[in-house]
Amino acid sequence: MKVLVAVKRVVDYNVKVRVKADGMGVETANVKMSMNPFDEIAVEEAVRLKEAGKATEIVVVSVGPTQAQETLRTALAMGADRAILVQTDVETQSLGVAKALKALAEKEQPGLVILGKQAIDDDANQTGQMLAALLGWAQGTFASKVVPAEGTIAVTREIDGGLETVELKLPAVVTTDLRLNEPRYASLPNIMKAKKKPLETVDAASLGVDLTPRLKTLKVAEPPKRAGGVKVGSVQELVAKLKTEARVI
Amino acid sequence: MTTLVIAEPSVEGVKVPTLTTLGAASKLGGDVHVLVLGYSDGGQGVGAVAEATAKVAGVAKVLTADAAELAHGLAENVAPLVVGLVKSGGYSHVLAPSTTFGKNVAPRVAALLDVAQISDITGVESPDTFTRPIYAGNAIATVQSSDPVKVATVRGTAFEAVAATGGSAAVEAAAGAADAGLSKFVSQEVSKSERPELTSARVIVSGGRGMQSGDNFPLLEALADKLGAAVGASRAAVDAGFVPNDYQVGQTGKIVAPELYIAVGISGAIQHLAGMKDSKVIVAINKDEEAPIFQIADYGLVADLFKAVPELTAEV
Repeated sequence: MKVLVAVKRVVDYNVKVRVKADGMGVETANVKMSMNPFDEIAVEEAVRLKEAGKATEIVVVSVGPTQAQETLRTALAMGADRAILVQTDVETQSLGVAKALKALAEKEQPGLVILGKQAIDDDANQTGQMLAALLGWAQGTFASKVVPAEGTIAVTREIDGGLETVELKLPAVVTTDLRLNEPRYASLPNIMKAKKKPLETVDAASLGVDLTPRLKTLKVAEPPKRAGGVKVGSVQELVAKLKTEARVI
Repeated sequence: MTTLVIAEPSVEGVKVPTLTTLGAASKLGGDVHVLVLGYSDGGQGVGAVAEATAKVAGVAKVLTADAAELAHGLAENVAPLVVGLVKSGGYSHVLAPSTTFGKNVAPRVAALLDVAQISDITGVESPDTFTRPIYAGNAIATVQSSDPVKVATVRGTAFEAVAATGGSAAVEAAAGAADAGLSKFVSQEVSKSERPELTSARVIVSGGRGMQSGDNFPLLEALADKLGAAVGASRAAVDAGFVPNDYQVGQTGKIVAPELYIAVGISGAIQHLAGMKDSKVIVAINKDEEAPIFQIADYGLVADLFKAVPELTAEV
């Protein structure tokens, strides 16, 4: 079974983002960029499936700027076999990305597509569901466990009240949640080897996909600041304040 | 202009996320219809929930879909039903709560309609313009949709729940449910708890890495039970295996805004703050006085939690 994994290059999760002075976005110049953490989990899961003999080839894909090649190299160093960059300089939005991934899925014919459940920049949590819809495939979102079988895959999902297990017909789309696995660090020899693995760049237009954003961002603003409060000296003082000042207990 | 709200599946009564989604729908103007879906399996289920929904203030019509293939809210079966209703009913907006159900289903609906989805809206500026948090709530984007149908998920903590009474909507059965044959429900492990749900609790007591072990969470549970509170956790505590993932409050977990949030042994990573900083009153208990949580806490107590929490439980 071939596995397709989609990854996104995002502002590193440790960076405290700043809203740009013109209020049209956040500062991304000279900011550390990394692979979206949920996508690392997606790559790791594909590599584990291959190590377990369930996957034969791992193709990693990104839709984004030329610099996303670095993100793809990271995935190759983790164990993916080859990479495809759908190069575009427009702001990527979920529906357009899902359409590009659909075009690639039709070409590559994977048995399984794994994506992160959400990217930590736009926090949209849509692309996997949209891809599944466009392909007419089943979707196993927010996965904490996946067990492939013959023609089906059992996916345990993190839901609001606990866990739910569904059985999906293959091919299917799975999106990863935090507890699915703990991604490995790429070793130096693997980082060197990754440089020789194939990385193909295709133009979004050549896939016949329109990536023009559907949502227009009118402005981006700082959230209202929460003013810090006071330090209390003891539990008794805390209880008194909660009772008489805040009146919440 | 008519809005279709996809109700959070329920076995009894109207769920709070449905009421807050209706709060957002009321800001759009125009009529509001609610789709109540599920499977009664011979019991009361869908019909009773639909009747309760018909009494909710501001609802003009309740559509019911009661079929075996809609049990457990499988997105593969729910999405085509909603798409059919949108096409036949000419809806201008489709809103779903930002629950794991809504987040699973709504993007599938949007893609089938070939429209964008606006995730997790926190404000309605006009019928086509919404505010939503990005970068874990460190920035708020105002976005405008030019699509013919606006599909959005609604962050419950950002809108007032509408009154559960005062309405008298018509109830109609909706046709069009079918089994897509793609997915099957196998099993569910639902955390059993007498405590309130995190997303609707008035008070939440949360623990972080400072709890050191899952064995120490009963300390928080004792306090929570005294306060009638829900128990939550930071991602660090979930990652460390102290508690299950459904306890998680934060960017990648649940978004909460209770009247009182007590953060115990939580340092205050931005991912956690994203999930709770809209709480009315925040209390932080941490032995590290430099912990970032103190910058947003209304009341900070620098103390050893293993001493302070039992003391607090005794005092309240």
